[in-house]
Amino acid sequence: MLKRISALVLAGLTAMSVAACGSGGSGSAGSDGGDGSGGGDGSITMGFSQVGAESGWRTANTKSVQESAKAAGITLKFSDAQQKQENQIKAIRSFVQQRVDVIAFSPVVESGWDTVLKEAKNAKIPVILTDRAVDSKDTTLYKTFLGSDFIEEGKKAGQWLVEEYKDVTETVNIVELQGTTGSAPANDRKAGFAEVIGAEPKFKIIASQTGDFTRAKGKEVMEAFLKSNPDIDVLYAHNDDMGLGAIEAIEGAGKTPGQDIKIITVDAVKDGMQALADGKINFIVECSPLLGPQLMDLAKKVVKGEQVPARVVTEETTFTQEQAKQVLSTRQY
Amino acid sequence: MRRLLWPAVVLVLLLALNVFFTPSFFSIQVRDGHLYGSLIDILRFGAPLILVALGMTLVIATGGIDLSVGSVVAISGALACLQISQDAGVFTAVALALGLCLVLGAWNGFLVAGIGIQPIIATLILMVAGRGLAQLITGGQIITVNSEAYKVIGGGYWLTVPFGVLIVLAVLGITAFLTRRLALGMLIESVGGNAEASRLAGIRSRGIILMVYAFAALCAGVAGLMISSNVSSADGNNAGLWIELDAILAVVIGGTSLAGGRFSLGGTVLGALIIQTLTTTVYSIGVPPETTLLFKALVVTAVCLIQSPSFREKAFRRRGRTAPPSPAHEEKVRVTA
Repeated sequence: MLKRISALVLAGLTAMSVAACGSGGSGSAGSDGGDGSGGGDGSITMGFSQVGAESGWRTANTKSVQESAKAAGITLKFSDAQQKQENQIKAIRSFVQQRVDVIAFSPVVESGWDTVLKEAKNAKIPVILTDRAVDSKDTTLYKTFLGSDFIEEGKKAGQWLVEEYKDVTETVNIVELQGTTGSAPANDRKAGFAEVIGAEPKFKIIASQTGDFTRAKGKEVMEAFLKSNPDIDVLYAHNDDMGLGAIEAIEGAGKTPGQDIKIITVDAVKDGMQALADGKINFIVECSPLLGPQLMDLAKKVVKGEQVPARVVTEETTFTQEQAKQVLSTRQY
Repeated sequence: MRRLLWPAVVLVLLLALNVFFTPSFFSIQVRDGHLYGSLIDILRFGAPLILVALGMTLVIATGGIDLSVGSVVAISGALACLQISQDAGVFTAVALALGLCLVLGAWNGFLVAGIGIQPIIATLILMVAGRGLAQLITGGQIITVNSEAYKVIGGGYWLTVPFGVLIVLAVLGITAFLTRRLALGMLIESVGGNAEASRLAGIRSRGIILMVYAFAALCAGVAGLMISSNVSSADGNNAGLWIELDAILAVVIGGTSLAGGRFSLGGTVLGALIIQTLTTTVYSIGVPPETTLLFKALVVTAVCLIQSPSFREKAFRRRGRTAPPSPAHEEKVRVTA
């Protein structure tokens, strides 16, 4: 009896782990045949490891990648890492084992990728970074990095603040909701923002905590900020979702978001743009997730062995409340 | 009551630390027709954890463990929000979500009691598969809902008191009554002590085990509704992530033995409040995000050490003080919550 049970458990676990490794891949056998150095003819198979679905931005990004892969005739093996680096490393390893033609991924954190990227390089599979960079000295580990310039985004947010408060002389108290600790957008949006406002001593960041890019955490952290710092003038959130959570906290405290506390966020997802148009957010720096088409172009080029620039920046803008009202109806995400 | 002394001391110390950094920490005002203050926040944001930990307490009392509660939290919120976004009534949505949670809990109980799989393995299955189920329900998206009625569960107030806190009080009251005024608690402890001996003594061990897993999943389901209702959206990936570990920690801090056979509901509530206070403390005293986990680990280690009678004895003896009266026999005394 006991033997039979343990055999059953083992079988169950094996099935689970196999399912986890396969991650959506009934086509793995097919791609095995036409693999190798990723030669010219035949369809391209791309392994894509997504960070997770932590925000509306990310889901728009996922959709864009999936749809444009379909449109470009590229077989996509999609894997969701649920915000965990170990899951991403596992996914990339399994892509290498399945010998896909090209690997693309958005690194959940900046560091710790050298080993697994070397494995991909040794297997002669080109790697494209999307949306987030890795912090590695060896730039031959990946072909190109397609994504936004987060430092620039932080700077844009800071510039708006400096402009908005140019006539104010007293101290401006700022609280900051950071993204996932250690992630490139959190590090860079913080650095770019700090660089611009650092030029004027009246701007003071009185509290800065991580909200993990999620609404729930954004709300919880903002509630605590409101209690421990009664005099907050400005909130800078590293993404819309944390800002939206914080808005609920501010309203719960009996204050008016957008007036009592000015709010700057980054991303410009639909819910965020709606709040901007409603006057609850004051300024949004866009960070476009629709990089699927660009990614597929790059993938085709690197598989053919063509030269691609080491850095491709996505086209982005900023929105004020008036601009948000105009473009709200045409936003795709 | 002695067993609850040390967790209570730690909680008071943590709260005192906050006052040091935020003088107005203990002030509670009425704002916009509801209570407002840091202590209220701790209760409100701690409510889901308390619920999950309550369910976990009974499971652990039977000598089991439930790793799947975090996934159940995600599933419950996801199903409710999906229903509401498809124009179902809030009551229908909530009933469906909680019904599914009961089924999932009964499944866990069936694997453990019916088939005899070890609890940690049996619930690991739902922990992994449940996350996937939640993502399947939400389609990997964050579902945003605009329902004032739904928002009440986790973000609303009734008679100025946060509604979530009232739910916790109700569940705590019912659980305490069932387990401490009726024989159920003793039966659970008996099963946790020795399931086979209890069965031979005429207790339906399997039924009891099935019931506690279903109860744990139901508690997790309610917690999931609270978490998703608080931000009016369901997030299959992040809702309830790692809450099972926090819940187990809360149960252990509260003095319930992982070996089963005895439990303390009051201790669990204290444990959950300590964890939530710790989180709030991190925000209000401004621990940098990079060191947050280390800070929490240090506090939790301190809590666990201070709770251990043998450690206390050693530490006190080294300082040359007289050792406190031997706590060895005290451990065996059963204390009611």
